[in-house]
Amino acid sequence: MVGQRIKRREDPRLIQGRATYVDDIKIVGMEHVAFARSDIAHGRIRSIDTSAAEAMAGVTAVLTGAQVAEFVGPVPIITPFPSPDHRAVVVDTVRYVGEAVAVVVATDRYIVKDAADAIVVDYDVLPAVVDTEQAMTGQPAQLHADFENNLAIALVPSGTGVSPDGQTVDDTAIDKAFADADVVVSQRMVNHRLAPSAIEPRGTVAHYEPGHDKMTIWSSTQVPHLLRGFIARMNDMGEDQVRAIAPEVGGGFGAKIQAYPEDYVVAGLSKKLGIALKWIEDRSEAFLATTHGRGVIGYIDIAATKAGKVLGMKLRLIADIGAYNTLFTAAIPTFTTLMANATYDIPAIRTTITEVFTNKTPTDAYRGAGRPEATYFVERGLDMLARKLDMDPADVRRRNFIQPDQFPYTTQMGAVYDSGDYTAALDRALQNSGWDKLKVERDQAQAEGRLVGLGLAMYVEVCGLGPSAVLPTGGWEHSQVTIERDGRINATTGASPHGQGNETTFAQMLADQFGVPLDHITIHHGDTAVAKQGIGTFGSRSQAVGGAALHLAGGKVKKKMAKFAASLIEAHEDDLVFENGRISVKGAPDSGKSFAEVASYAYVPVVGGAVQLPDGLEPGLSEEAFFEPSNNTYPFGCHIALLEIDRETGEPTLLRFVAVDDAGNLINPLIVEGQIHGGLAQGIGQAMIEEVRYSEDGQPLTGSFMDYAIPRAADLPRFELDSTVTPTPVNPLGAKGVGEAGTLGSTPCIVSAAVDALSQFGVTHIDMMLRPEKLWQIINGGQS
Amino acid sequence: MIPSAFEYERATSVDDALAKLAATGATGKFIAGGHSLVPLMKFRLNEPTTLIDIARIPGLAGVRDVDGAIEVGAGTVHHDVATSSLLRQQCPVVAETAGTIGDPQVRNRGTLGGSLAHADPAADYPAVMLAVDAEIHLRSSRGPRVVPASDFFQDLFTVDLAPDEIITAVRFAPVRAAAYAKLYQRASRFAIVGVAAALDVADGVIRSARVGLTGAVSHAVRLTAVEEALAGRQPTSEVVAEAAQLAGSDLEDVAGDIHASETYRRAMVPVFAKRALDGALARLPQR
Repeated sequence: MVGQRIKRREDPRLIQGRATYVDDIKIVGMEHVAFARSDIAHGRIRSIDTSAAEAMAGVTAVLTGAQVAEFVGPVPIITPFPSPDHRAVVVDTVRYVGEAVAVVVATDRYIVKDAADAIVVDYDVLPAVVDTEQAMTGQPAQLHADFENNLAIALVPSGTGVSPDGQTVDDTAIDKAFADADVVVSQRMVNHRLAPSAIEPRGTVAHYEPGHDKMTIWSSTQVPHLLRGFIARMNDMGEDQVRAIAPEVGGGFGAKIQAYPEDYVVAGLSKKLGIALKWIEDRSEAFLATTHGRGVIGYIDIAATKAGKVLGMKLRLIADIGAYNTLFTAAIPTFTTLMANATYDIPAIRTTITEVFTNKTPTDAYRGAGRPEATYFVERGLDMLARKLDMDPADVRRRNFIQPDQFPYTTQMGAVYDSGDYTAALDRALQNSGWDKLKVERDQAQAEGRLVGLGLAMYVEVCGLGPSAVLPTGGWEHSQVTIERDGRINATTGASPHGQGNETTFAQMLADQFGVPLDHITIHHGDTAVAKQGIGTFGSRSQAVGGAALHLAGGKVKKKMAKFAASLIEAHEDDLVFENGRISVKGAPDSGKSFAEVASYAYVPVVGGAVQLPDGLEPGLSEEAFFEPSNNTYPFGCHIALLEIDRETGEPTLLRFVAVDDAGNLINPLIVEGQIHGGLAQGIGQAMIEEVRYSEDGQPLTGSFMDYAIPRAADLPRFELDSTVTPTPVNPLGAKGVGEAGTLGSTPCIVSAAVDALSQFGVTHIDMMLRPEKLWQIINGGQS
Repeated sequence: MIPSAFEYERATSVDDALAKLAATGATGKFIAGGHSLVPLMKFRLNEPTTLIDIARIPGLAGVRDVDGAIEVGAGTVHHDVATSSLLRQQCPVVAETAGTIGDPQVRNRGTLGGSLAHADPAADYPAVMLAVDAEIHLRSSRGPRVVPASDFFQDLFTVDLAPDEIITAVRFAPVRAAAYAKLYQRASRFAIVGVAAALDVADGVIRSARVGLTGAVSHAVRLTAVEEALAGRQPTSEVVAEAAQLAGSDLEDVAGDIHASETYRRAMVPVFAKRALDGALARLPQR
C-alpha cells in the first residue's frame, strides 16, 4: 500500500457535508459568545457603555477587559524573548483594529451579535504607526512602555563568527568575504503580510462541568494537546481536568497553532458561569483577529567572484510583528535566519533579526513560517547575482550547491542538513521544463515584443520538527496501535491532521505492516482523551514524526502479536509473516491462522480450558510509542515559472509552473501532490494576488474577500510536478515532510520571471505582490 | 457577518411581490440571488425589516425571443444568461458579459435584475446594457414603465427605479457585432474597467456605435466621443484603434482605490475600449 496513489479516505465525508466542525457542536444549555472589537488602531479607552447591551433580552453577561482580567491572566507566549503584557480583552489601550474590548454572552448567536454591536466605547484616539521601519523611530506612536522605539527585539545576530548565545561577534570572516568579492549585489526586499484565510474560521466551544470540575474544549486547532495545557494552566486546572478536541479543522496554515485570547475567554467564562459556551469567528473577525503571516523586510547583500561563486552573504531582517507577540511570533524570523544558507556552500554568512511592534494584527506562523522568507530573499539575491554576471540562473546555483557527499552538512547558521542531492533536483526540473528550449522561446517572444520571462528557484526547508531541544513544547510525537479482538485496528496519533490526509497515509502504513486491508484500520486523532499524547501538526511534521511514532507503536504490537501467533501455530515467531489477513510460517501460507483468530487469542488466551500466555506476556494487543527524532529533516526542490506580462495592462499570467520536490520517501504520492498543489496555490497567491494592506492610520483595507484575493482554481496553471527521492536518515520512514514546500520555491521563481520579463526596462527587482499597476508603471518608465 | 433580524416572505407573482413590499412601508427589500444584498446585510450596511423572495416567481426568469427582440427576465441567473443559446447565437456580448461575473457559485445565484437594481459602479451588466441599448422594464402598482438603459444608471448605486417598483425584464434588439472586455479586480472579479462595444455596420460602414463603460466612474456611462468618432467610418482595426484613444479622456471623478489608482484606471479605459471594439469587429460577418 505504501507508495500507492490512494484517494483520501477522509474526503467523502468532507465533500458531502457530513463532517463535524466546531460550529456543529451543540450542547444542551449552551450559550453564545461575541466580542466587541476596536475600530481604531490605537487609543486609550475613556469609557465603555455596556448598558444597552445588558438591557437586551437574552443577554446573560457583558464584561469589559478589567472584568475579564479578574479571571483570565495575561496571554502567554512560549518564545524566550521579552514580551509586553497582552490581555485577552483590552484593559486600557487598544493597539490594533479588531482587538477585543468587551465580551458578551447571550442565549442566541444573533442576540449576542446585536448586543456586541450595541456596546459603545469612547476612546482617546492616539496616533498609529503602520510602517515597520517608521515604527523603529518611535514616531508617531509608541506601543508599549518598556519597548523603546517599538523594538520587541532590537538586534539578534547569528551566523559566521557569532557565538551561539549571540554575545560575541567576530566580523573577520564576513568582512574578508566582502573584501575579496568581485561583485556585490544588495537589495531591500519586502515579503509582505498575508491573511491565512482558512475556509473554516476559528471557533471554540468550552464546556465546564461543575459537578465533575472538568472542562472540555472543542477548538479549530492544529495543536489540541498544547491547547489543553494552556487552557488548564490559565484556569488553574490540571491537564487531567481538561480535554481538548479538534474536530474537523477546515484549514490551519499555521494560524491555528495557537491558544488565542478568545480560547481563554470562552473557557474562563464557561468555568465562571458553569455553562457551555460557543464562539464562532466570522469572516470579518478572521481578517482582523486571526494572526497574519510574513510581514518581513529583508536587506540582503551577496558577495561573489565574477565566476559566480558566493563568498559571503549578509541578511538583515526587520519583522513586523504587529501589536503583540503571540505564541511563536518572536521565533518565526529565527527560522528565516536558520535557513539562510539555503542549498549553498556559502563560507560566511551574517544575519540579524530586529522585531518591531506596529498598530496591526499580530503576525505568527503561516505556511512555511520563516522558511519561505529565507528562500525568497536568498533566491532573489542569487537571481540578481546571475543577472549582474550575465549567467544562467541555473548555473549560478549549480556552482554553489552543497554536494551530496557533504551530508550531513553543518551550515554557517548551525543547522545540520540531513541529506540532499540538489543537482539532481535542478537537473530534473531543467529537463522537465525544457529549460534550454524555453530560453529560446522566451527570447523569440521578447523579440516579438511580448513580455515573457523565466524564473528559477531552489529551496531547502527545515521540516519534521524536530528534536525536543528545538521546540519548547517538546518535539516528539506519540501513537498507540491497538489490535482489537476482532482483528480490526485502532490507531491514534498525536499529530492532529487538518487536511494532511493522515487517516489515509497512516492506514496505508499499518496495512502493510500487518498485511490487513485498509478498511480494517481506523486512525484516531484530535481528541486528547483518545490520542493521549501529542504535539500537533505544523512544520511539515505529521508524517515524518507522527508517522514514525505510529511505525514504532505498530512494530511493538506486531512483535507481541507474533509471539501469540507463534504459540498458537507452534512455530518460531521469527519465521512468521503477516500477509493477506493471515499470520503464517514464511513460505507456507496454509500453515497459519487468520489475523482475527490470533487477535482473539491474545484477548482470550485460553487453550483447552487453560490459560496459555506465551513467554509470560500480558493479554491484549495495544502498544504505544513516542518518537523523538534525532534531527529535523531538510526537504528541497527546484521550481521553474514561465510568466507573461500584458504590455498594455501589466497583468501577469503564469504560463507554466514546473516543480520538482524531494520530500524523501513518499507514503502516498497523490496526497503529496495535493499538499504541493495547496502550497503552490498559497505561494502563487502571495506572489501575484494576495496582500494585506492598511491605511496610514491603521485601518485594514483588505478586510473581506472582496478586496483580499486568494487564488481560485481557475487562477492557477496546470502544475507540472515531479519528484526526486533522497530519504532522510533521521526517522525510520525516510520521509521528510511536504506540507509547506510549495510556498517556498514559488514566490522567488515567479518574481524572478517577472523581473526577467521586464529586464528590458532596467528593472532588477520587483517587490511582491505583482500588482498589474505596479508592472504597468515599470513598462511605462516609472519605478517599481 | 451576521445580519440583524428580518422577516422573510416568498412572493408568488410580481403583483404579490409588489403588494408584500407595499405592506412593509419603505422598510422591505426584494431578494432574488442575494449576491449584492446579503453581503450588505451581513456587514449591517443594509438592514431591511422584511425580505421578499422573488426568486421563484413563475416567468420572472428566462431568455426569450419577443417579436425579434430578446427579452431576459430579471430573475435570470448569470449562468443561464451566459449559457443561453439564443443569446450566444444572436447577441453573444450579453452571454459573454454574464460569463465574466464572479465565479460559478455567484453565477448560479446572482440575477440580472438584482445586479441592475443594485448598480454597483464596477458591475459588468450595466456596460453591456448601454451597448445593446436595452430597455429596462419596470412594474409597480401604478403599472408598467420602460426606461432606456442610457437613462437608467444615474449615480453610485442609484438607478431610475422607484422604491415601489420592481424590474421585470430587459429587452433589446440583438446585435451580433458586439463584445465585452474587462480588467478584473482579482479578489471580487468585478471590473476595474469594463467596456462593452456594439457596432451597427451596413454596406461596409459603421452606421452607429454604442460603447458602455463600467468600473471607472460612479455609474456606467456611454463613451460618446468614441461612438461619434466611429460613426460613418469603415470597420477596420485602424479606425477602432484611433477612436479608442478618445475613450475616457473627458471623464471626471475617475475612481482610485487599492486595486487601481485613478491614473491607471484612466489609462486602462482606452485599452479596454479598443479590446471591446476589436472583439466587436471580429464578430462582423466575414465578407
